[in-house]
Formats: sequence, structure tokens, C-alpha cells
Amino acid sequence: MQKMMRRYLLTLMTLLAAWPAYAQFRVEVSGVGLTQLPIAFAPFRGEDAAPQKISAIVQADLERSGQFRSVPTRTGALDENAKPDLVPWRQSGADSLVAGSISRLADGRYDVRFRLWDVVAGRDLGGQSYAISQADLRLAAHRIADFVYEKLTGDKGIFSTRIAYVTKADQRYSLWVADADGEGAQPALTSPEPIISPSWSPEGRQLAYVSFESRKPVVYVHDVASGKRRLVANFRGSNSAPAWSPDGRSLAVTLSRDGGSQLYTLDVTTAGSEPRRLTQSSSIDTEPTYSHDGKFIYFVSDRGGSPQIYRMPAVGGNPERVTFTGTYNISPSLSADGRWLAYISRVSGAFKLHVMELSTSNVTALTDTSADENPSFAPNGRLLLYATKQQEREALMTTTLDGKIKARLAGQGGDIREPDWGPFQKTPN
Amino acid sequence: MSMKKLALIGAVTLLVAGCSSVNLDNPPVDDRSSGGAAAGSGDSVVAKTAVTPVDDGKSSQAAIANVSRLVYFDYDSYVIKPEFQALIDAHARHIKADKSRKVVIEGHTDERGGREYNLALGQRRAEAVRRSLGLLGVADSQVEAVSFGKEKPVAQGSNEAAWSKNRRAEISYR
Repeated sequence: MQKMMRRYLLTLMTLLAAWPAYAQFRVEVSGVGLTQLPIAFAPFRGEDAAPQKISAIVQADLERSGQFRSVPTRTGALDENAKPDLVPWRQSGADSLVAGSISRLADGRYDVRFRLWDVVAGRDLGGQSYAISQADLRLAAHRIADFVYEKLTGDKGIFSTRIAYVTKADQRYSLWVADADGEGAQPALTSPEPIISPSWSPEGRQLAYVSFESRKPVVYVHDVASGKRRLVANFRGSNSAPAWSPDGRSLAVTLSRDGGSQLYTLDVTTAGSEPRRLTQSSSIDTEPTYSHDGKFIYFVSDRGGSPQIYRMPAVGGNPERVTFTGTYNISPSLSADGRWLAYISRVSGAFKLHVMELSTSNVTALTDTSADENPSFAPNGRLLLYATKQQEREALMTTTLDGKIKARLAGQGGDIREPDWGPFQKTPN
Repeated sequence: MSMKKLALIGAVTLLVAGCSSVNLDNPPVDDRSSGGAAAGSGDSVVAKTAVTPVDDGKSSQAAIANVSRLVYFDYDSYVIKPEFQALIDAHARHIKADKSRKVVIEGHTDERGGREYNLALGQRRAEAVRRSLGLLGVADSQVEAVSFGKEKPVAQGSNEAAWSKNRRAEISYR
């Protein structure tokens, strides 16, 4: 365990020294999974001269997933063409090997190629090539990680997806869109007033969020590529907690236009459409989130005297209570397969990320931190992204669903919060 | 503006050139990804939008001198304590005296707990003050209750001294 940590620290220090761009992202593995696949990464031929260390990005991606353990690399040039002598790799404990190359094309772009080997069976598991601009080198590395992950685990990889989050620095709030590892962040919005609750649309092109720029909370829908945005909820009182329906046609929101905080749905395909009220209570009803089949809305209500998670039919109807342990359970998030519910529970005054298996109601606490907030699932349901505080500083973390492997995304300077993990990107052929 | 447009066009161009992959399974490898035939989905382009600050009307002359605009609350409570009743009475008289006066009651919480749930708790505090004003005869059309949740603390620090200052509703004349 200690040896593991030391190795990671060493790796980290080497990377920090050699590669300033990498300093934003810190792998902090705080445990060891039981069934990690041992994999080796040969340095890509030509990557010493390239702007991004492709093999290191692939390695960090796969390690962060919690399902891989990297085996120290061996010296000797390798690329995607040569069939390597797999015996020494097998002896060093690897089950798989990734080898590749990166070269500059005449038009200034880069050609990135790789091949994945099953070291044990001595089999070629396939490879790909990408001709891409320098700006897309990281994306290519994430696509390689996705390929390897899918081949070896059978699950779809999430490394080429995007996340959104909010930073606060010097009284300026910024909404960022970044790679799933927190790198390559680009600002989508800056504001002198708070921004909270960003939420990706199901096709990953728009973000709904709450902005306080008009000195009250209102809900915007923002097209990420064009920067165009429109105000979709600016009713009397507070407007907050936007959540997309899986078909992308409506938003569930919390409005206080009729008194207390209640749930409504808004048709976002028609400008200026009248919200439809979903709940009728004198309690707080907020933080709606749709199940991925669109049939249910999970939400937070204090109708029982303390905030708990409930679910009801998405068209409205009788809510049934979902959480029963503790007196403060908020911020529900559902995995795409409907198997898991992640939420924040207050335990002895500390706010901690929990996950519940919905079929059994078994609950697992995942963290040692005490100010966890706002979990969201990776689109393949194998990782959770959440905000927390470490040494009094805000941080974004990912964790596996057993809580054993965590990684910290260090992002921009200042405070960092309100993460939301975007959907799978459509992969061009 | 034109710079932004240029940057966007540049980014789109790069993207069109990028992002496509060729399977290496059937050599010889032939690079089909050049020439922009396989257009990118536009997914890695992010345009930046900046919000300009709105005028902060907190020093509005409509406010009453020498009367506090702050009502403080206990933890997890939206009950208006008796010591704040006189303050609310004074504001009620002042608002009623001029039907053109508009106030926004801004509810706030301390830093503990989730942002959205705190927004709802702050809303409850703001609504409690709004209802008190209503009971004193202030027209509903003159008062709006909104919440900032835990987003706008006046006191920094993770201790009761700071928290008790942040659990508040502000009567803001607009």
C-alpha cells in the first residue's frame, strides 16, 4: 500500500518536473481494487518529441478507472507495427500491452497509431490510427484509452467524454468544459455572480445552469459550441435545479413562483412555454433528476420532516420514499442502467457521498471527507464525479463505486465545484 | 467579436480535420482521416461568453435610515425570532407608505450542506419575511422573495460565529 503510494508520488513528481501541463491532474489512488487487470504501456515511438505524452495520458485514464494496474514498462523501442517478443512482458506480470507511435505529418498534423496485445495469449487485439491536429492529441489519447478499456472490460470507455464544473477565483465565477480527466478546460461562461447546478443535455451539446447574474437565481440553457444561451426560467421568486428529461425536450426545475420551492417541468422546445407543476406540497421539493428510462423523477423533499430522497412518476403522482437512514439525504444521481443511486448523506455532522443499490437498498459510504457535494455518474456507470474539500480547499474527485480508487482533478486555480459528467460523445467513423 | 469568430472558425476547422480514426486491423493502413471527409461533431468546441455585472442597487435611497435590513435565523430554522419583529414592522410601514416602492427579500444560509437544498432553505427564510410583511398589510406586488442559498456569505470561516451571520434574510430595496 505504502509502496503503491510512493510509486504514485514518484510518478507524479517525475511528471510535474517533465511536463507542466500535467500538473493540473493528480492521481491519488487511495486503495487497491481486487480485480485490477495488469497492463503495460510501452512509450510511444516519437512521443519524446511530441507535445503530449500519449502513453502517459492513456495510462492515467486507465488507472483512474480503478480496473487497471499498470506494470512497469520495459526498455526497447516498440510501436504498433512490430510484433513484440511478449515473453518478457508476460514475465513482468502484464496481461496486456499497449504500443504505438506518434509522428508529424507534412501538413502539420500528427499521426497517432497504437496496437493492443494480449500478452498471455500472444494475440493482437487490434489497433487504430488517428490523423489529428495538435489540439486534439489529448482526445486521441482518450480514444485509445476507450478502445483498450472496451476491449478488456467489455464496458464502454468514458475517457473521451467531457465534464462541466464551476470555479470561483477573485470574485469571478466561471463555467468550464473539460476532458473527463479535468484537463484541457475551456471556459464557457464567466460572471461576477454565482453559477450553480450545471447539467448536460442528453446529447452533450447544451448546458442548463442556474445563474445569479440578475441578482436572483434564474435558469439558462447554453449552447456550448456557439456560446449562445437563452433564459428558460425567470419567474417570480427563485428558479433553480434544472434536470433534462432523457429525450432532451423538457427540463424539470424548482420554482418558487407559487410560494414554496416546488417541482415543475418546462418544455424547452417552445420558447416561453408555461411551466407545468409536478408537486403540490407545503414542503421543500427540489433537486429533481430523471431516471434514464424517463419514467421516474427522483427528488429531495422534507415532507417527512427532514430532507430525504423520493421518487415519483415523471408525469407527476404519488411520491414514494427511497432513503430511510439518517436525517439529511440530498443530491440524488442515477446510473444509466438504473442500478445505482448516488447521494449525499449527513453523518454526524459530515456530508458524505453514498451509493445505494436500488434493488436491495444496500448503502455504501464511499469517502473519508466531510463536505462532499453534487455527485454525478460517468455515462458507463462505473465512476462517480463529485465535489469535496481537502485541506480546506475545494476539489473535484472521481471514485469507483466501491470507494477504493479515487483520483483528484485539480482543474483551474481557486475554488472548484459543481461538477457534472457529460454523456457519451458520438464517435465519428 | 470578430476575433472570437475567427477563433471559433479556427477551432471548427481543426475539429473537422481531427477526431476520425482508422482501424488498424486490416493492413495496409490507409489514412482516410485526412481531407475532412469525416467531419467532427463539433463536440470539442467551446465558445466563451462573458456576463457583465448588473447594477447593484443596494444603496437605494428608498431604504430607511437607521433601520437594519437584516433578519437572522437559527440553524435549520426559518422562524422569525421576536427580536426582529420591530424591524419588520418599520419596513412594512415604510413600504406601504409608497406603493411604488419595491423590495426583494433575499434569503441566505450558512455553508453547510448542498447548494440546491440550501437555496430552498434560503427561499423559506425569504418567504417567512415576505409573509410577515404581508400580514402587516404590505401588497404582494411590492415584495418578491428570492434565495441565494449559501452562495453569498457575508462572513468567512467554518465556525458558528460566521455561520450565524450568514443565516439571514436581507430586505433589499430596488
